[in-house]
Amino acid sequence: MPDPTPILNAPAIQRALTRIAHEIAERNEASSEVVLIGVQRPGVPLARRLGSLLSEIWTHPVPIGSIDVSMHRDDLDQRAAPNVQPTEIPFDVTGKTVVLVDDVLFSGRTTRAAMDALNDFGRPKRIQLAVLVDRGHRELPIKADFVGKNVPTSLNEIIAVRLTEMGGQDEVVIERGKSR
Amino acid sequence: MPWNRKHLLDIESLTPDEIVTVLDTARAFKAVGERAIKKVPALRGKTVINLFVEPSTRTRISFELSEQRLSADIINFTAEASSLKKGETLRDTARNLEALNADFIVIRHSASGAPHFLARVINASVINAGDGAHEHPTQALLDTFTIREKKGKLEGLNVTILGDILYSRVARSNIWALTKLGAKVTLCGPSTLVPRVFEQMGCRVTYDVEDAIREADIINLLRIQHERQRKTMFPSLGEYSTLFGLNKERLKRTKPEALIMHPGPINRGVEIDSEIADCERSLILEQVTNGLAVRMAVLFLVNGGKGPQEIGT
Repeated sequence: MPDPTPILNAPAIQRALTRIAHEIAERNEASSEVVLIGVQRPGVPLARRLGSLLSEIWTHPVPIGSIDVSMHRDDLDQRAAPNVQPTEIPFDVTGKTVVLVDDVLFSGRTTRAAMDALNDFGRPKRIQLAVLVDRGHRELPIKADFVGKNVPTSLNEIIAVRLTEMGGQDEVVIERGKSR
Repeated sequence: MPWNRKHLLDIESLTPDEIVTVLDTARAFKAVGERAIKKVPALRGKTVINLFVEPSTRTRISFELSEQRLSADIINFTAEASSLKKGETLRDTARNLEALNADFIVIRHSASGAPHFLARVINASVINAGDGAHEHPTQALLDTFTIREKKGKLEGLNVTILGDILYSRVARSNIWALTKLGAKVTLCGPSTLVPRVFEQMGCRVTYDVEDAIREADIINLLRIQHERQRKTMFPSLGEYSTLFGLNKERLKRTKPEALIMHPGPINRGVEIDSEIADCERSLILEQVTNGLAVRMAVLFLVNGGKGPQEIGT
Protein backbone atom coordinates (compact mmCIF):
# COMPACT_ATOMS: atom_id res chain seq x y z
CA MET A 1 0.00 0.00 0.00
CA PRO A 2 1.48 3.40 -0.94
CA ASP A 3 2.22 5.92 1.80
CA PRO A 4 -0.72 8.05 2.96
CA THR A 5 -0.95 11.43 1.22
CA PRO A 6 -1.11 14.38 3.63
CA ILE A 7 -4.05 16.75 3.13
CA LEU A 8 -3.80 19.03 6.16
CA ASN A 9 -0.97 19.38 8.68
CA ALA A 10 -1.36 20.75 12.21
CA PRO A 11 -1.11 24.49 11.38
CA ALA A 12 -3.47 24.02 8.41
CA ILE A 13 -6.06 22.33 10.65
CA GLN A 14 -5.79 25.22 13.12
CA ARG A 15 -6.19 27.80 10.31
CA ALA A 16 -9.20 25.95 8.93
CA LEU A 17 -10.88 25.85 12.34
CA THR A 18 -10.15 29.55 12.94
CA ARG A 19 -11.73 30.42 9.60
CA ILE A 20 -14.78 28.22 10.32
CA ALA A 21 -15.18 29.88 13.74
CA HIS A 22 -15.22 33.33 12.09
CA GLU A 23 -17.70 32.13 9.47
CA ILE A 24 -19.99 30.75 12.21
CA ALA A 25 -19.75 34.10 14.02
CA GLU A 26 -20.47 36.02 10.82
CA ARG A 27 -23.49 33.86 9.95
CA ASN A 28 -25.01 33.94 13.44
CA GLU A 29 -25.50 37.43 14.80
CA ALA A 30 -27.47 36.17 17.80
CA SER A 31 -24.43 34.57 19.40
CA SER A 32 -26.26 33.53 22.59
CA GLU A 33 -28.46 31.21 20.54
CA VAL A 34 -25.57 29.16 19.17
CA VAL A 35 -24.61 25.76 20.62
CA LEU A 36 -22.04 23.32 19.22
CA ILE A 37 -22.63 19.57 19.16
CA GLY A 38 -19.81 17.26 18.07
CA VAL A 39 -20.61 13.97 16.37
CA GLN A 40 -18.79 11.07 18.13
CA ARG A 41 -15.95 10.54 17.95
CA PRO A 42 -13.65 12.96 16.09
CA GLY A 43 -16.34 15.61 15.89
CA VAL A 44 -16.29 16.07 19.66
CA PRO A 45 -12.74 17.42 20.08
CA LEU A 46 -13.29 19.54 16.95
CA ALA A 47 -16.44 21.02 18.54
CA ARG A 48 -14.46 21.81 21.71
CA ARG A 49 -11.77 23.61 19.68
CA LEU A 50 -14.35 25.57 17.71
CA GLY A 51 -16.08 26.37 21.01
CA SER A 52 -12.99 27.94 22.55
CA LEU A 53 -12.27 29.92 19.34
CA LEU A 54 -15.86 31.18 19.25
CA SER A 55 -15.91 32.13 22.93
CA GLU A 56 -12.86 34.33 22.25
CA ILE A 57 -14.59 35.98 19.30
CA TRP A 58 -17.87 36.47 21.17
CA THR A 59 -16.32 36.92 24.63
CA HIS A 60 -18.85 34.59 26.23
CA PRO A 61 -18.86 30.83 26.69
CA VAL A 62 -20.44 28.66 24.00
CA PRO A 63 -22.27 25.48 25.15
CA ILE A 64 -20.71 22.26 23.82
CA GLY A 65 -22.36 18.86 23.57
CA SER A 66 -21.66 15.50 22.01
CA ILE A 67 -23.95 13.17 20.13
CA ASP A 68 -23.57 9.52 19.21
CA VAL A 69 -25.53 8.43 16.15
CA SER A 70 -25.11 4.63 16.50
CA MET A 71 -28.71 4.03 17.53
CA HIS A 72 -30.00 6.05 14.57
CA ARG A 73 -27.89 4.54 11.78
CA ASP A 74 -29.61 2.96 8.78
CA ASP A 75 -27.11 0.11 8.33
CA LEU A 76 -27.19 -1.46 11.80
CA ASP A 77 -27.92 -4.98 10.61
CA GLN A 78 -25.32 -4.86 7.83
CA ARG A 79 -22.18 -4.58 9.94
CA ALA A 80 -20.99 -5.53 13.40
CA ALA A 81 -22.73 -3.37 15.97
CA PRO A 82 -20.85 -0.09 16.46
CA ASN A 83 -19.25 0.92 19.75
CA VAL A 84 -21.71 3.34 21.27
CA GLN A 85 -20.13 6.48 22.71
CA PRO A 86 -21.81 8.81 25.21
CA THR A 87 -24.34 11.41 24.11
CA GLU A 88 -24.08 14.42 26.40
CA ILE A 89 -26.21 17.46 25.67
CA PRO A 90 -26.27 19.35 28.99
CA PHE A 91 -28.54 22.13 27.70
CA ASP A 92 -31.91 22.53 26.00
CA VAL A 93 -31.59 22.67 22.21
CA THR A 94 -35.12 23.97 21.65
CA GLY A 95 -35.04 27.38 19.98
CA LYS A 96 -31.25 27.22 19.58
CA THR A 97 -29.04 27.28 16.50
CA VAL A 98 -27.26 23.94 16.68
CA VAL A 99 -23.99 23.70 14.77
CA LEU A 100 -23.27 19.99 14.23
CA VAL A 101 -19.52 19.40 14.01
CA ASP A 102 -18.02 16.37 12.27
CA ASP A 103 -14.62 15.49 10.88
CA VAL A 104 -15.48 14.22 7.39
CA LEU A 105 -18.62 14.67 5.29
CA PHE A 106 -19.00 11.71 2.95
CA SER A 107 -22.32 9.96 2.17
CA GLY A 108 -24.27 12.29 4.47
CA ARG A 109 -25.82 9.35 6.33
CA THR A 110 -24.12 10.18 9.62
CA THR A 111 -25.44 13.73 9.40
CA ARG A 112 -28.93 12.42 8.68
CA ALA A 113 -28.67 10.13 11.73
CA ALA A 114 -27.36 13.00 13.85
CA MET A 115 -30.31 15.21 12.90
CA ASP A 116 -32.71 12.39 13.79
CA ALA A 117 -30.94 11.79 17.11
CA LEU A 118 -31.06 15.51 17.87
CA ASN A 119 -34.83 15.50 17.41
CA ASP A 120 -35.17 13.43 20.58
CA PHE A 121 -33.68 16.26 22.61
CA GLY A 122 -35.85 19.10 21.42
CA ARG A 123 -36.65 21.27 18.44
CA PRO A 124 -33.73 23.46 17.42
CA LYS A 125 -34.55 26.70 15.64
CA ARG A 126 -32.07 25.73 12.95
CA ILE A 127 -29.29 23.21 12.40
CA GLN A 128 -26.04 24.06 10.63
CA LEU A 129 -23.24 21.69 9.69
CA ALA A 130 -19.50 22.30 10.07
CA VAL A 131 -16.97 19.73 8.80
CA LEU A 132 -13.20 19.71 8.62
CA VAL A 133 -13.16 17.84 5.28
CA ASP A 134 -15.81 17.43 2.57
CA ARG A 135 -14.80 14.47 0.43
CA GLY A 136 -17.86 14.34 -1.85
CA HIS A 137 -19.88 11.25 -2.83
CA ARG A 138 -23.10 12.33 -1.15
CA GLU A 139 -25.91 9.77 -1.05
CA LEU A 140 -28.43 12.16 0.54
CA PRO A 141 -29.40 15.79 -0.15
CA ILE A 142 -27.14 17.20 2.58
CA LYS A 143 -24.69 20.09 2.28
CA ALA A 144 -22.24 21.52 4.81
CA ASP A 145 -22.55 25.18 5.86
CA PHE A 146 -18.89 25.44 6.91
CA VAL A 147 -16.08 23.42 5.31
CA GLY A 148 -12.40 23.32 6.27
CA LYS A 149 -11.23 21.82 3.00
CA ASN A 150 -12.88 20.25 -0.03
CA VAL A 151 -11.00 17.11 -1.03
CA PRO A 152 -12.00 15.27 -4.23
CA THR A 153 -11.63 11.54 -3.55
CA SER A 154 -12.34 8.21 -5.13
CA LEU A 155 -14.60 5.76 -3.31
CA ASN A 156 -11.80 3.37 -2.36
CA GLU A 157 -9.83 6.04 -0.55
CA ILE A 158 -10.07 6.60 3.20
CA ILE A 159 -9.74 10.01 4.82
CA ALA A 160 -8.10 9.66 8.23
CA VAL A 161 -8.43 12.58 10.64
CA ARG A 162 -6.01 12.32 13.55
CA LEU A 163 -6.19 14.70 16.48
CA THR A 164 -4.02 15.16 19.55
CA GLU A 165 -7.06 14.68 21.80
CA MET A 166 -7.44 11.14 20.45
CA GLY A 167 -3.78 10.22 20.90
CA GLY A 168 -1.56 11.20 17.99
CA GLN A 169 -0.70 14.42 16.25
CA ASP A 170 -2.96 16.72 14.29
CA GLU A 171 -3.11 15.66 10.65
CA VAL A 172 -5.48 14.68 7.86
CA VAL A 173 -4.29 12.11 5.31
CA ILE A 174 -5.70 10.10 2.44
CA GLU A 175 -5.12 6.37 2.66
CA ARG A 176 -5.79 4.04 -0.21
CA GLY A 177 -8.03 1.23 1.00
CA LYS A 178 -9.42 -1.82 -0.70
CA SER A 179 -12.04 -1.15 -3.32
CA ARG A 180 -15.52 -1.01 -1.85
CA MET B 1 -14.02 -4.88 20.37
CA PRO B 2 -16.60 -5.83 17.73
CA TRP B 3 -19.44 -8.15 18.69
CA ASN B 4 -20.03 -10.87 16.10
CA ARG B 5 -22.51 -13.16 17.84
CA LYS B 6 -25.97 -13.71 16.46
CA HIS B 7 -27.36 -15.15 19.70
CA LEU B 8 -26.98 -14.68 23.42
CA LEU B 9 -27.38 -18.20 24.79
CA ASP B 10 -25.20 -18.22 27.90
CA ILE B 11 -22.39 -16.45 29.69
CA GLU B 12 -20.17 -19.53 29.76
CA SER B 13 -19.17 -19.17 26.10
CA LEU B 14 -18.55 -15.39 26.19
CA THR B 15 -15.05 -13.94 26.42
CA PRO B 16 -14.29 -11.31 29.08
CA ASP B 17 -13.99 -8.74 26.24
CA GLU B 18 -17.45 -9.61 24.96
CA ILE B 19 -18.93 -9.17 28.42
CA VAL B 20 -17.23 -5.78 28.72
CA THR B 21 -18.62 -4.80 25.29
CA VAL B 22 -22.16 -5.48 26.55
CA LEU B 23 -21.54 -3.48 29.74
CA ASP B 24 -20.04 -0.53 27.83
CA THR B 25 -22.91 -0.53 25.34
CA ALA B 26 -25.44 -0.73 28.17
CA ARG B 27 -24.04 2.47 29.65
CA ALA B 28 -25.13 4.39 26.55
CA PHE B 29 -28.58 2.78 26.64
CA LYS B 30 -29.02 3.65 30.30
CA ALA B 31 -28.64 7.29 29.28
CA VAL B 32 -31.45 6.83 26.73
CA GLY B 33 -33.77 5.75 29.56
CA GLU B 34 -33.06 8.99 31.40
CA ARG B 35 -34.14 11.25 28.53
CA ALA B 36 -37.54 12.83 28.00
CA ILE B 37 -37.87 10.73 24.84
CA LYS B 38 -36.77 7.24 25.89
CA LYS B 39 -36.99 5.65 22.48
CA VAL B 40 -34.45 5.15 19.68
CA PRO B 41 -35.07 3.68 16.21
CA ALA B 42 -32.31 1.02 16.34
CA LEU B 43 -34.67 -1.95 15.80
CA ARG B 44 -37.27 -0.17 13.70
CA GLY B 45 -39.04 -2.66 11.45
CA LYS B 46 -37.70 -5.68 13.34
CA THR B 47 -40.00 -8.21 14.99
CA VAL B 48 -39.29 -9.70 18.39
CA ILE B 49 -41.17 -12.66 19.78
CA ASN B 50 -41.15 -13.10 23.52
CA LEU B 51 -41.62 -16.82 23.97
CA PHE B 52 -42.15 -17.31 27.68
CA VAL B 53 -42.93 -20.98 28.09
CA GLU B 54 -42.19 -20.71 31.80
CA PRO B 55 -44.04 -18.00 33.72
CA SER B 56 -42.17 -14.76 34.31
CA THR B 57 -43.28 -11.27 35.08
CA ARG B 58 -40.30 -9.05 35.73
CA THR B 59 -37.97 -10.45 33.07
CA ARG B 60 -40.73 -10.44 30.46
CA ILE B 61 -41.75 -6.88 31.26
CA SER B 62 -38.12 -5.77 31.21
CA PHE B 63 -37.56 -7.36 27.79
CA GLU B 64 -40.83 -5.93 26.46
CA LEU B 65 -40.02 -2.40 27.49
CA SER B 66 -36.45 -2.73 26.19
CA GLU B 67 -37.78 -3.87 22.82
CA GLN B 68 -40.31 -1.03 22.72
CA ARG B 69 -37.60 1.49 23.52
CA LEU B 70 -35.65 0.16 20.55
CA SER B 71 -38.75 0.61 18.32
CA ALA B 72 -39.19 -3.11 17.56
CA ASP B 73 -42.55 -4.75 16.92
CA ILE B 74 -43.41 -7.26 19.61
CA ILE B 75 -45.41 -10.44 19.95
CA ASN B 76 -45.87 -11.97 23.39
CA PHE B 77 -46.37 -15.64 23.63
CA THR B 78 -46.96 -17.32 26.97
CA ALA B 79 -47.29 -20.98 27.83
CA GLU B 80 -50.75 -20.72 29.34
CA ALA B 81 -52.27 -19.26 26.20
CA SER B 82 -50.36 -21.19 23.59
CA SER B 83 -50.43 -24.26 21.43
CA LEU B 84 -47.69 -25.79 23.59
CA LYS B 85 -50.53 -26.67 25.91
CA LYS B 86 -52.18 -28.47 23.00
CA GLY B 87 -49.20 -30.77 22.45
CA GLU B 88 -47.14 -28.84 19.91
CA THR B 89 -43.38 -29.41 20.20
CA LEU B 90 -40.99 -26.55 20.85
CA ARG B 91 -39.50 -27.07 17.41
CA ASP B 92 -42.88 -26.73 15.71
CA THR B 93 -43.81 -23.72 17.80
CA ALA B 94 -40.53 -22.07 16.90
CA ARG B 95 -40.90 -22.76 13.19
CA ASN B 96 -44.40 -21.37 13.22
CA LEU B 97 -43.11 -18.24 14.90
CA GLU B 98 -40.36 -18.02 12.35
CA ALA B 99 -42.90 -18.26 9.56
CA LEU B 100 -44.06 -14.88 10.88
CA ASN B 101 -40.59 -13.59 9.88
CA ALA B 102 -39.46 -12.89 13.41
CA ASP B 103 -35.98 -11.45 13.67
CA PHE B 104 -35.46 -12.21 17.36
CA ILE B 105 -36.84 -14.79 19.74
CA VAL B 106 -36.46 -14.16 23.45
CA ILE B 107 -37.06 -17.47 25.18
CA ARG B 108 -37.74 -18.43 28.78
CA HIS B 109 -38.09 -22.19 29.21
CA SER B 110 -38.08 -24.66 32.07
CA ALA B 111 -35.77 -27.00 30.15
CA SER B 112 -32.03 -26.32 30.26
CA GLY B 113 -30.66 -25.95 26.73
CA ALA B 114 -33.96 -24.96 25.10
CA PRO B 115 -32.47 -21.70 23.71
CA HIS B 116 -29.48 -23.59 22.27
CA PHE B 117 -31.84 -26.04 20.59
CA LEU B 118 -33.87 -23.18 19.17
CA ALA B 119 -30.77 -21.46 17.83
CA ARG B 120 -29.90 -24.61 15.87
CA VAL B 121 -33.29 -25.06 14.20
CA ILE B 122 -34.30 -21.50 13.24
CA ASN B 123 -32.77 -18.50 11.55
CA ALA B 124 -33.80 -15.79 14.01
CA SER B 125 -31.46 -14.48 16.71
CA VAL B 126 -32.15 -16.24 20.00
CA ILE B 127 -31.78 -14.60 23.39
CA ASN B 128 -31.90 -16.74 26.50
CA ALA B 129 -34.20 -15.21 29.13
CA GLY B 130 -33.60 -18.13 31.50
CA ASP B 131 -33.47 -21.85 30.78
CA GLY B 132 -34.23 -24.24 33.63
CA ALA B 133 -31.51 -24.25 36.25
CA HIS B 134 -28.86 -23.62 33.56
CA GLU B 135 -28.34 -19.92 32.81
CA HIS B 136 -29.97 -16.50 32.91
CA PRO B 137 -27.39 -14.46 31.01
CA THR B 138 -29.10 -11.05 30.97
CA GLN B 139 -29.55 -11.21 34.76
CA ALA B 140 -25.81 -11.82 35.22
CA LEU B 141 -25.00 -9.00 32.80
CA LEU B 142 -27.25 -6.55 34.64
CA ASP B 143 -25.78 -7.66 37.99
CA THR B 144 -22.21 -7.15 36.79
CA PHE B 145 -23.23 -3.83 35.18
CA THR B 146 -24.67 -2.69 38.53
CA ILE B 147 -21.58 -3.77 40.47
CA ARG B 148 -19.23 -2.10 37.99
CA GLU B 149 -21.28 1.09 38.08
CA LYS B 150 -21.18 1.22 41.89
CA LYS B 151 -17.66 -0.05 42.53
CA GLY B 152 -15.96 1.07 39.34
CA LYS B 153 -14.56 -2.40 38.61
CA LEU B 154 -15.09 -6.13 39.07
CA GLU B 155 -11.50 -7.26 39.39
CA GLY B 156 -10.50 -8.24 42.91
CA LEU B 157 -13.96 -7.66 44.43
CA ASN B 158 -15.35 -10.19 46.89
CA VAL B 159 -18.82 -11.18 45.77
CA THR B 160 -20.87 -13.49 47.97
CA ILE B 161 -23.86 -15.29 46.54
CA LEU B 162 -26.10 -16.46 49.36
CA GLY B 163 -29.03 -18.80 49.08
CA ASP B 164 -30.33 -21.46 46.75
CA ILE B 165 -27.40 -22.02 44.40
CA LEU B 166 -28.22 -25.53 43.25
CA TYR B 167 -31.43 -24.61 41.46
CA SER B 168 -30.34 -21.12 40.46
CA ARG B 169 -29.61 -20.19 36.87
CA VAL B 170 -28.92 -16.69 38.17
CA ALA B 171 -26.11 -18.07 40.32
CA ARG B 172 -24.59 -20.04 37.45
CA SER B 173 -24.60 -17.11 35.04
CA ASN B 174 -23.30 -14.78 37.72
CA ILE B 175 -20.47 -17.14 38.64
CA TRP B 176 -19.38 -17.29 35.00
CA ALA B 177 -19.55 -13.53 34.49
CA LEU B 178 -17.92 -12.58 37.79
CA THR B 179 -15.03 -15.03 37.56
CA LYS B 180 -14.37 -14.10 33.92
CA LEU B 181 -14.07 -10.46 35.00
CA GLY B 182 -11.74 -11.25 37.89
CA ALA B 183 -14.06 -11.08 40.92
CA LYS B 184 -13.67 -13.56 43.76
CA VAL B 185 -16.90 -15.45 44.29
CA THR B 186 -18.01 -17.06 47.55
CA LEU B 187 -21.10 -19.26 47.66
CA CYS B 188 -23.04 -19.87 50.83
CA GLY B 189 -26.32 -21.54 51.83
CA PRO B 190 -27.62 -24.81 53.22
CA SER B 191 -25.25 -27.63 52.24
CA THR B 192 -28.10 -29.36 50.40
CA LEU B 193 -28.42 -26.31 48.12
CA VAL B 194 -24.71 -25.44 47.73
CA PRO B 195 -22.85 -28.56 46.62
CA ARG B 196 -19.05 -28.53 46.73
CA VAL B 197 -18.99 -29.24 43.01
CA PHE B 198 -19.26 -25.46 42.45
CA GLU B 199 -15.64 -25.17 43.58
CA GLN B 200 -14.78 -26.48 40.13
CA MET B 201 -16.17 -23.23 38.68
CA GLY B 202 -13.54 -21.32 40.66
CA CYS B 203 -15.70 -20.39 43.66
CA ARG B 204 -15.16 -20.69 47.37
CA VAL B 205 -17.94 -22.65 49.10
CA THR B 206 -18.75 -22.11 52.77
CA TYR B 207 -21.68 -23.05 54.97
CA ASP B 208 -20.90 -20.41 57.58
CA VAL B 209 -22.83 -17.27 56.76
CA GLU B 210 -20.64 -15.07 58.99
CA ASP B 211 -17.56 -16.25 57.11
CA ALA B 212 -19.31 -15.62 53.79
CA ILE B 213 -20.31 -12.01 54.47
CA ARG B 214 -17.40 -10.71 56.57
CA GLU B 215 -15.13 -9.67 53.70
CA ALA B 216 -17.80 -9.30 51.02
CA ASP B 217 -17.98 -6.15 48.88
CA ILE B 218 -21.23 -7.35 47.33
CA ILE B 219 -23.79 -9.71 48.87
CA ASN B 220 -26.14 -11.12 46.24
CA LEU B 221 -29.12 -12.83 47.86
CA LEU B 222 -31.04 -15.47 45.97
CA ARG B 223 -34.60 -16.50 46.55
CA ILE B 224 -35.41 -19.99 47.76
CA GLN B 225 -37.03 -21.53 44.70
CA HIS B 226 -39.84 -23.63 46.10
CA GLU B 227 -41.05 -24.43 42.59
CA ARG B 228 -37.81 -26.16 41.54
CA GLN B 229 -37.29 -28.27 44.65
CA ARG B 230 -38.41 -31.80 44.19
CA LYS B 231 -38.06 -32.59 47.87
CA THR B 232 -37.52 -30.43 50.93
CA MET B 233 -33.88 -29.42 51.06
CA PHE B 234 -34.01 -27.77 54.48
CA PRO B 235 -36.37 -28.08 57.44
CA SER B 236 -38.34 -24.82 57.21
CA LEU B 237 -38.29 -21.27 55.87
CA GLY B 238 -38.09 -20.08 59.47
CA GLU B 239 -34.93 -22.06 60.04
CA TYR B 240 -33.49 -20.83 56.74
CA SER B 241 -34.15 -17.26 57.81
CA THR B 242 -32.46 -17.82 61.16
CA LEU B 243 -29.38 -19.50 59.71
CA PHE B 244 -28.91 -17.68 56.39
CA GLY B 245 -31.26 -14.70 56.21
CA LEU B 246 -29.65 -11.26 56.01
CA ASN B 247 -30.85 -9.31 59.04
CA LYS B 248 -29.77 -6.12 60.81
CA GLU B 249 -27.42 -7.91 63.20
CA ARG B 250 -25.64 -9.72 60.39
CA LEU B 251 -25.43 -6.56 58.31
CA LYS B 252 -23.48 -4.90 61.17
CA ARG B 253 -20.79 -7.55 60.75
CA THR B 254 -20.22 -6.76 57.07
CA LYS B 255 -17.89 -4.15 55.64
CA PRO B 256 -19.60 -0.71 55.80
CA GLU B 257 -19.24 -0.31 52.03
CA ALA B 258 -20.74 -3.74 51.27
CA LEU B 259 -23.79 -3.49 49.00
CA ILE B 260 -26.83 -5.76 48.86
CA MET B 261 -28.31 -7.19 45.66
CA HIS B 262 -31.23 -9.47 44.89
CA PRO B 263 -32.58 -10.49 41.47
CA GLY B 264 -36.14 -10.48 42.77
CA PRO B 265 -38.80 -11.34 43.55
CA ILE B 266 -37.75 -10.89 47.18
CA ASN B 267 -39.29 -12.86 50.03
CA ARG B 268 -39.25 -10.32 52.85
CA GLY B 269 -38.50 -11.99 56.16
CA VAL B 270 -37.02 -15.11 54.54
CA GLU B 271 -33.72 -14.39 52.79
CA ILE B 272 -33.77 -10.66 53.54
CA ASP B 273 -35.18 -8.51 56.34
CA SER B 274 -37.69 -5.94 55.20
CA GLU B 275 -35.71 -2.90 56.35
CA ILE B 276 -32.52 -4.10 54.67
CA ALA B 277 -34.31 -4.51 51.36
CA ASP B 278 -35.23 -0.82 51.56
CA CYS B 279 -31.99 0.58 53.01
CA GLU B 280 -29.55 2.76 51.08
CA ARG B 281 -27.11 -0.12 50.73
CA SER B 282 -29.67 -2.09 48.73
CA LEU B 283 -29.28 -2.01 44.94
CA ILE B 284 -32.43 -4.02 44.28
CA LEU B 285 -34.35 -1.32 42.41
CA GLU B 286 -31.28 -0.09 40.53
CA GLN B 287 -30.89 -3.64 39.26
CA VAL B 288 -34.37 -3.34 37.74
CA THR B 289 -33.49 -0.05 36.01
CA ASN B 290 -30.19 -1.42 34.77
CA GLY B 291 -31.94 -4.53 33.44
CA LEU B 292 -33.57 -2.37 30.77
CA ALA B 293 -30.26 -0.87 29.68
CA VAL B 294 -28.53 -4.24 29.52
CA ARG B 295 -31.34 -5.90 27.56
CA MET B 296 -31.41 -3.00 25.10
CA ALA B 297 -27.65 -3.39 24.67
CA VAL B 298 -27.95 -7.14 24.06
CA LEU B 299 -30.67 -6.70 21.44
CA PHE B 300 -28.67 -3.91 19.80
CA LEU B 301 -25.52 -6.04 19.66
CA VAL B 302 -27.08 -9.25 18.31
CA ASN B 303 -28.85 -7.15 15.67
CA GLY B 304 -25.46 -6.26 14.20
CA GLY B 305 -24.34 -8.15 11.11
CA LYS B 306 -21.09 -9.93 10.46
CA GLY B 307 -17.82 -8.36 9.51
CA PRO B 308 -16.05 -5.16 10.53
CA GLN B 309 -17.63 -2.19 12.20
CA GLU B 310 -18.51 0.84 10.11
CA ILE B 311 -15.57 3.21 9.89
CA GLY B 312 -16.72 5.56 7.15
CA THR B 313 -18.88 8.63 7.50
